[in-house]
Amino acid sequence: MRPRRVLVTGVSRPLGAEVAAALAADPEIVDVVGVDTIAPTADLGRTQFVRVDIRNPLIAKVISTAAIDTVLHLSVLATPLGAGGRTAMKEINVIGTMQLLAACQKTPGVKKLVVKSTTSIYGSSPRDPALFTEEMEPRGLPGGGYAKDAVEVEGYVRGFGRRRPDIAVTVLRLANVLGPRVDSPLARYLDLPLVPTVLGFDPRIQLLHSDDAMAVLLKATRETHAGTFNVAGDGVLLLSQAIRRAGRPALPVPFPAIGSLGNIARRLRLVDFSSEQLGFLAHGRAVDTTKLKEVFGYVPQYTTVATFDSFVQDRGLRFTIDHELVSRVEHGLQGALARRRLLGAS
Amino acid sequence: MGERGTSSRRGADVPMPPDGRAGPPGAAGPPPPRPEGTRRSPNGTSARATGAASRTVRPGSGRSGSSRAGTGSQREPGTRAGLDGLDDLAALPGREGAGALNGSSGPNGADHPGGADAAGRSRGADSADGADRSRDAGGPGGPGSAGTGTGTAPGGKAGPGSGADPGGEAVGPPAEPVADAGELERVLAELLAFLRRRITGDYTVDEHGFDPDLTEHIVAPLLRPIYRSYFRVETRGLENIPDKGGALVVSNHSGTVPLDALMTALAILDHHPAHRHLRMLAADLVFALPFLAPLARKTGNTLACQADAERLLGAGHLVGVWPEGFKGIGKPFSDRYKLQRFGRGGFVSAALRTGVPIVPCTVVGAEEIYPMVGNARTLARLLGLPYLPITPTFPWLGLLGLVPLPSKWIIEFGEPVDTTEYTQAAAEDPMLVFELTDRIRETIQHTLYGLLMQRRSVFF
Repeated sequence: MRPRRVLVTGVSRPLGAEVAAALAADPEIVDVVGVDTIAPTADLGRTQFVRVDIRNPLIAKVISTAAIDTVLHLSVLATPLGAGGRTAMKEINVIGTMQLLAACQKTPGVKKLVVKSTTSIYGSSPRDPALFTEEMEPRGLPGGGYAKDAVEVEGYVRGFGRRRPDIAVTVLRLANVLGPRVDSPLARYLDLPLVPTVLGFDPRIQLLHSDDAMAVLLKATRETHAGTFNVAGDGVLLLSQAIRRAGRPALPVPFPAIGSLGNIARRLRLVDFSSEQLGFLAHGRAVDTTKLKEVFGYVPQYTTVATFDSFVQDRGLRFTIDHELVSRVEHGLQGALARRRLLGAS
Repeated sequence: MGERGTSSRRGADVPMPPDGRAGPPGAAGPPPPRPEGTRRSPNGTSARATGAASRTVRPGSGRSGSSRAGTGSQREPGTRAGLDGLDDLAALPGREGAGALNGSSGPNGADHPGGADAAGRSRGADSADGADRSRDAGGPGGPGSAGTGTGTAPGGKAGPGSGADPGGEAVGPPAEPVADAGELERVLAELLAFLRRRITGDYTVDEHGFDPDLTEHIVAPLLRPIYRSYFRVETRGLENIPDKGGALVVSNHSGTVPLDALMTALAILDHHPAHRHLRMLAADLVFALPFLAPLARKTGNTLACQADAERLLGAGHLVGVWPEGFKGIGKPFSDRYKLQRFGRGGFVSAALRTGVPIVPCTVVGAEEIYPMVGNARTLARLLGLPYLPITPTFPWLGLLGLVPLPSKWIIEFGEPVDTTEYTQAAAEDPMLVFELTDRIRETIQHTLYGLLMQRRSVFF
């Protein structure tokens, strides 16, 4: 089924805005309605912006009056800072999703639902398999924050799918998104001049380029692929390696101390670092994207490493340890060796 | 992938007279005609043979020559058996090794490091870099210098053998200092490049976190002396491990500290003709311990679970598993060489599902490294460990008690058990899985008895 009238939630955020604008540019789509609690700053093309809180039953009215057939739920927030605190964030994520799903269930015209979720629902623990596939259960349920919200959101979405089996529900579990315009906690974290890490641990991280994230969301909207899919760039990067590639010094901090350091950093608004990310910084996480490639039919354009490198370039991260310099030092020493060798030979 | 010193590898294999110099390299008869094609050049196996004055770089070894040849030969200078050396000289397609050495140590010695660099370490992303550098350094020598091709001037000059060389380097012992200087320099150049790669993060790890660069350049060289000189490991039956494709190595586990796993991995990496990495399945405790967790992943370990085992085997890796787990490694000294229960047979079903052969492996000697005479259970429980060993030396001697006893080891790989005759459904048949598990356990137990009978003493 080609979508005719699309509702996008969370359009005031970069990813939502980009997706809405791309859909609005598609002549086959009659209407794009964007909703959010705050007005978007970006240009959304011909998207009609409706300022409505999805926690409010009013959303049902928006869906039925606009005769929406496809709903893109992108407003599951990852950070409490933007939402105005953890409580508000949880409200928006969980209660908002419940209201939205209730509205969709009541509206017979809705045929498709696409939900943006996250790979952090798998948690991070030392007992994790190397790669998570979609049907694997997390070894330990995430204790709080975004990951816990996402687990609950997915739970409600599954329930919704059972109640309305005629609606194609696509759940996209995105890995950490990095890109030129994305301001995620991970991006801010990697942008610190001295990157604190957990002493004695070196997690594997997996990244997704924002271009790929958008392409996947658009493909899920335009085509019908019911199911749950992991979305991530190929390959993994070790955190230490990422920090080195960005030319940063790492600051290993013992496990107990890093929590309080994170709290201080959050107070100072340096970086939005919450405790559930601590497990990630120690044990990391990687997912299997075979299903994305073979069933969903999308191969990410950027590998994890390419995503990171383009992030470093786009951001113009300040190099604390200059790679050029390192190369030059190596050349210089090699030249010295060669000269020594020449002397020895003659 | 990596480059490993064949010479050093040989060193452990072949008994040699203490002082067998390979005879003067020049004495090996006239150099066979050197076909252009033999120069496997951009990766310069032979350019590498250079430094070592054609010690032992087996051209066919698949891995490009010998970045570590240097280390090896420096570590044991002059321990090469005469015959061995001659063999190698003869076996080499053209002793262009020596030739190129001379060529490059001559007028355009300057480009040697550059060339070696382009050659030796240009893996993946590095290659552009390497080429770059060789261009930089290659000024005096011109583009066709040591690293890239033989047909060019320096090679030609050196072709007639060592005679053309100033100072007659190739005529026996006098050649040594210079050759060794070249070696040293190449090793240093490699070390520099390695450091640069580490500082700039220019290496790749696979999805399990395996970092071959680190494993080959840091971990393996650190373990090698332990393997060779301390435990004097004797490895048998390596031909039972396939050169490529998935295979599951199943071994007994002992020694309180999993040194047996490390030694088995090193045995395969160093002595198997294909120099395969053994990807080990480790207990989850390993991944919970700081410092050990990242190191374990980087050296090729992953969690011992069905998903990871099948993923690795399906991708054609060589996987090692120690099904006794903590029961085996933490058993008291009085139970030495008595195999414990082989888990739940998960490894067998993984092998059945992926249709890979199971290679039983038996390690003798590891039981004696830390004779565990007691177990501080209460303390272990407090620390969340499966056992806390008390040995005759630990904890009584403090850190000194951590030094393992120098037992003599034998690692024997047995006849592989073929699983292709079973269907995929066989993995769902618990009876068959138990039967195969028992069969492999019996095989290893019997090999253990056999090896123990052959062993003259624990330490020799």
